[in-house]
Amino acid sequence: MSLVELSHATKRFLNSKGGTHTAVSDITLDVEAGEFVAVVGPTGCGKSTTLSLVSGLEPPSEGTVRVSGRPVTGIPEGVGYMFQADAMLPWRTVLANVAAGPVWRGVPAEQARAQAHDWIERVGLGGFEGYYMHQLSGGMRKRVALAQTLVTEPSILLMDEPFSALDVQTRALMQTELLDLWSGSRAAVIFVTHDLEEAIVLADRVVVMTASPARIKDVFPVHLPRPRNVEELRMDPDFVRTYSQIWSSLSSEVAIARKTGVGNVA
Amino acid sequence: MSLDVSTPQQNPSSTADAAALANVRARVRRHRVTIYGLRALLLVAVLAFWEASVNLWFDPFFYSKPSLIWHKLVVWFSDGTAQGPIWQQIRYTLQEAVLGFILGAIVGILLGILLGRARLLAEVLQPYIQAANAVPRIVLSALFIIWFGLGMSSKVATAFVLVFFPVFFNAFQGAREVDRNLVNNARILGASRSQVLRSIVVPSATSWILASLHTAFGFALIGAIVGEYAGATHGVGLLISTAQASFDSAGIYAGMVISTVLALGAELILGLLERRLLKWRPPAHNNAVPV
Ligand SMILES: Nc1ncnc2c1ncn2[C@@H]1O[C@H](COP(=O)(O)OP(=O)(O)OP(=O)(O)O)[C@@H](O)[C@H]1O
Ligand SMILES: [Mg+2]
Repeated sequence: MSLVELSHATKRFLNSKGGTHTAVSDITLDVEAGEFVAVVGPTGCGKSTTLSLVSGLEPPSEGTVRVSGRPVTGIPEGVGYMFQADAMLPWRTVLANVAAGPVWRGVPAEQARAQAHDWIERVGLGGFEGYYMHQLSGGMRKRVALAQTLVTEPSILLMDEPFSALDVQTRALMQTELLDLWSGSRAAVIFVTHDLEEAIVLADRVVVMTASPARIKDVFPVHLPRPRNVEELRMDPDFVRTYSQIWSSLSSEVAIARKTGVGNVA
Repeated sequence: MSLDVSTPQQNPSSTADAAALANVRARVRRHRVTIYGLRALLLVAVLAFWEASVNLWFDPFFYSKPSLIWHKLVVWFSDGTAQGPIWQQIRYTLQEAVLGFILGAIVGILLGILLGRARLLAEVLQPYIQAANAVPRIVLSALFIIWFGLGMSSKVATAFVLVFFPVFFNAFQGAREVDRNLVNNARILGASRSQVLRSIVVPSATSWILASLHTAFGFALIGAIVGEYAGATHGVGLLISTAQASFDSAGIYAGMVISTVLALGAELILGLLERRLLKWRPPAHNNAVPV
């Protein structure tokens, strides 16, 4: 039994014209405990939707989603989800935002603050505990989100393009930190990204999705040894080979999405 | 680990910084003095023009003028009014307005947030709420006098209905417009329904609610005064209606001045409250000082 099991999962939404729009179609994917899976695909294909199925925020229209062997109804135990959009509470300080999860789960306030403190240090934001969100840079806000998610010690970590808004240096820094934190926790990670390099650098497997509606097109194992050096890996011949292999699968989907994209959006 | 972001700290570490800060402070002070000076000048100019034009062209009996109104106020505050001491009238009106305001605000906030989160209920009640909102509420004050008599409660009721609707609609809207991302994030982090309500919905609606409270206290005063005007034994509204009955236009203006001062005082207190509750918000652009 895998930790996360998607089996023929399909998700349809009502569209603005009163019809239905299929966001993801017939997805079958297993993720083991301690495994790092990256999901890549053209924009708007249904990557975020896939994560929302696993998180229990959206029920599948067809098929089944299981976490720890149990069908998902409501939010499963042990799930952490870093959203694509900013979801910090603007009226709370960094410390109060990070402590929110433990407090809501019934940890005594004092202890929750101590845990939050610890994670704020770990993501490199020590000294900013008393700041409000609008006083932080975009990269700092992402770190707060990371600390807020990790403080609950999830066994399944869903991350939706967490680093896409960051500059190259900060992104590499955050990737390194994520790998460090993850290797200590052995959580299962499903990591959505636009950036194929990022996917390969981080993941054990890269899942390529088709243009809308999202299906799983290919799954590529990444045989790069760990611990990985995020910055040097990009020059590694194995990395380059893996990259071109996956890109040949992904690029055609990107091309399809570009061609039909405008029509789909309208 | 180093951070590639400059921290918004304000501690001047060098003398150059200190000088720059002093410079900015001086500029801010000068700016403030100019603004207040210009405001005072504008007021004086308008009053002077009024005084002069009435002296030259109009009949002060009908139009009154600042000096007469000032005289009226002095008389009221030193010798009292025909209805009794002026402070007693003010106390009555304030009491009615504050009571109506508090009751209207509490009921408005509670019902607004409740309906904002209960989709079905909101949909069922929607046409009735709109109909109730369309009723010319000020007319209700006549009805309230029949129901509750000439005492305080009929004025409190008028203030209540005037306060309730704007607060209710804002609380309703505020509770509805809560960012779904925030709610989803909180649910993932383990928040129960009541925790989402307390920690996400209520704080998100707060800025909407506070915005409505600003105008609502003005409405509460209007409610109290109109209620008194329609029939009362005490209050600023009664002063205005007696002044009208005796063709004392200065008295009407004097009553208006008093109620304006009361409204401005309340506005000040609510502003302080708002600033306290919303201190997490980034400063508005027009208040930001370039350094
Ligand atoms: N709640 C919703 N209601 C209706 N349609 C939705 C909803 N959520 C997503 N969709 C639609 O489903 C499709 C997939 O959306 P999704 O957010 O999963 O894409 P994505 O792959 O994450 O895109 P991106 O890479 O740009 O983030 C889109 O066409 C979107 O319009
Ligand atoms: Mg997305």
